Amino acid sequence: MTVAAHDGGQDEASQPSTHGDADPQKLLAPVLSAHWDEPDSYTLAGYRRHGGYQALPKALAMDPDDLIAYVKEAGLRGRGGAGFPTGMKWQFIPQGDGKPHYLVVNADESEPGTCKDIPLLFANPHSLIEGMAIACHAIRSSHAFIYLRGEVVPVLRRLQLAVKEAQEAGYLGTDALGPGKDLTLTVHAGAGAYICGEETALLDSLEGRRGQPRLRPPFPAVAGLYACPTVVNNVESIASVPALIDRGKDWFRSMGSEKSPGFTLYSLSGHVARPGQYEAPLGITLRQLLDMSGGMRPGHRLKFWTPGGSSTPLLTDEHLDVALDYEGVGGAGSMLGTKALQCFDETTCVVRAVTRWTEFYAHESCGKCTPCREGTYWLVQLLRDIEAGKAQATDLEKIADIADNINGKSFCALGDGAASPIFSSLKYFREEYEAHLGGRGCPFDPEKSTAWAANPHSAHLEVNA
Amino acid sequence: MSNVDMGIPAMPAPDYPAEVRRRLESDAREVIARYPDSRSALLPLLHLVQSEEGHVTRTGQRFCAEMLELTTAEVNAVATFYSMYRRKPSGDYQVGVCTNTLCAVMGGDAIYASLREHLAVGDGETTEDGKVTLEHIECNAACDFAPVVMVNWEFFDNQTPASARALVDDLIAGREVAPTRGAPLCTFQQTARVLAGFPDEREGATDASGSAGPASLAGLRLAKGESTPGVVAPRGAAADEEGK
Repeated sequence: MTVAAHDGGQDEASQPSTHGDADPQKLLAPVLSAHWDEPDSYTLAGYRRHGGYQALPKALAMDPDDLIAYVKEAGLRGRGGAGFPTGMKWQFIPQGDGKPHYLVVNADESEPGTCKDIPLLFANPHSLIEGMAIACHAIRSSHAFIYLRGEVVPVLRRLQLAVKEAQEAGYLGTDALGPGKDLTLTVHAGAGAYICGEETALLDSLEGRRGQPRLRPPFPAVAGLYACPTVVNNVESIASVPALIDRGKDWFRSMGSEKSPGFTLYSLSGHVARPGQYEAPLGITLRQLLDMSGGMRPGHRLKFWTPGGSSTPLLTDEHLDVALDYEGVGGAGSMLGTKALQCFDETTCVVRAVTRWTEFYAHESCGKCTPCREGTYWLVQLLRDIEAGKAQATDLEKIADIADNINGKSFCALGDGAASPIFSSLKYFREEYEAHLGGRGCPFDPEKSTAWAANPHSAHLEVNA
Repeated sequence: MSNVDMGIPAMPAPDYPAEVRRRLESDAREVIARYPDSRSALLPLLHLVQSEEGHVTRTGQRFCAEMLELTTAEVNAVATFYSMYRRKPSGDYQVGVCTNTLCAVMGGDAIYASLREHLAVGDGETTEDGKVTLEHIECNAACDFAPVVMVNWEFFDNQTPASARALVDDLIAGREVAPTRGAPLCTFQQTARVLAGFPDEREGATDASGSAGPASLAGLRLAKGESTPGVVAPRGAAADEEGK
């Protein structure tokens, strides 16, 4: 089989050979994605046909504090990357402070490799809107925002439609959350800046400024949007709330582990036979996902992958059996992140991959702090030299040193993210860097990595045709 | 000492013609009313002025400043921070090829190189007929459809150099073009109006291309037992192939 072709040392038992081990009907758990195959899944009618907006009245019947406690007990953790408990975030909002409270949904999905919130909003925007209404009841907010990255106009159209439908149906607007409790929902399109996925930069951007991170404290829960208490949550976190409320915390906890309960969207991409969205209980492994979906593209093997976007340290085929939950991936020296499983096969040059990611971080660095602004710039210069065969062995020490001076010393997590691919690629593929040195340059043929290479009739093309 | 062009527009800028100004003011007031604080309307207003002239002109910046009681310097600082605001006259169709790592490796670099040669333009440059502006873009959250090309921020999934060349040829020839996910293409200016928060009024625009794209359904179809990895070479065959 293709996935494990490289681990010759592993015993047969660890390589799922029977169909049962990789039975997708047992291993997957479509919840948010359960009805995406219906032609009107993105409409109010399509959402309501399968129990949509059933959770909202249940939540509104609860005291806000009880609702927050319920979400905490269910153990829902943030799906945007950091994994912070959602209920706890809500609990931090001070009550009775006389200030407006805001809910801001982070739909700025821009982390390289990450492609879950955009298809979710395209096919099922009402799950987010229902979740937002529930969250606003919990944190006692009457105005919520969706900050959607601007570069996805088809999704923007569907969000605009969904808000209009929800308004006409009374889920938003006057008395939406009960007598005298109105709810306004504003869809806000960004204008192209990765940094706005950082929650305080997002707030500055939503206030009409350059998207640059803020010094913390004060945290957004105390002084967020317009210096008022604000919850910033990822799309998938909030969209998961209606199902959690409707079907109950015990159902939610029946999936995943004690510390990482529930279901989530995994996004397979790259040199795999069948890229796409796979919704499963937390803790599934990449091996299970690849086995059920046909593995890597025929004739190739997995070389390296990201568990959750380019900011999460690279893993290799040694890590195929790591449980893809917060603790499992953390234990393997990386982070669960956004569950963006970008898989690269042996045709891919790791130096090329890391150079391109680093160019991205340099381009997207907001310029506020020196380590990130200057460090990413110099990393790009050095990496381009390495890829072109113009570098010396000492340059490998230099990029490690620069990455060390960015990591943990930058204003926000963008800097840490920029250091991750450098550290992890040097850890696992130092020899490949060395093979580039001393005038040798890149030994790989980029043509072999393309989707159309080798086998023009590959499954990869067929699946998406 | 040579002059350094900082891209800061000469001020004071001329105003819009009175009729344009009246129309934009009415739109701007609608946008501003959505926010508790008027300054929050700045990003949508910059999209709005792009919908008028195709890029953020100094007149557009002056307009935003006046509507929001900001200085033109404050507006310029924001307009120059975000990559979706165009700062010079550009094409009806903004063609962006994703060259972030995943798409680049899967063929985005080859597509981008092919389009540069085919259109004879550099990055951010526009064809002489004013139709197509080519740029390379960062990850657009469609990695399971790689390699991806965006035109006016609609998705063209699973592209090849040949399909991308055919796409720009169609745009230049004025033929109707529909994305794999999204609505049949309108001009960049019309798209900018949707981004400013004014829904697309074209019949069927929101419904176009159906619900989820094929890759989005990969897991769901497996979970429902509707498809098997039949399109992939059987495991044994793959292993054999590797052994060759």
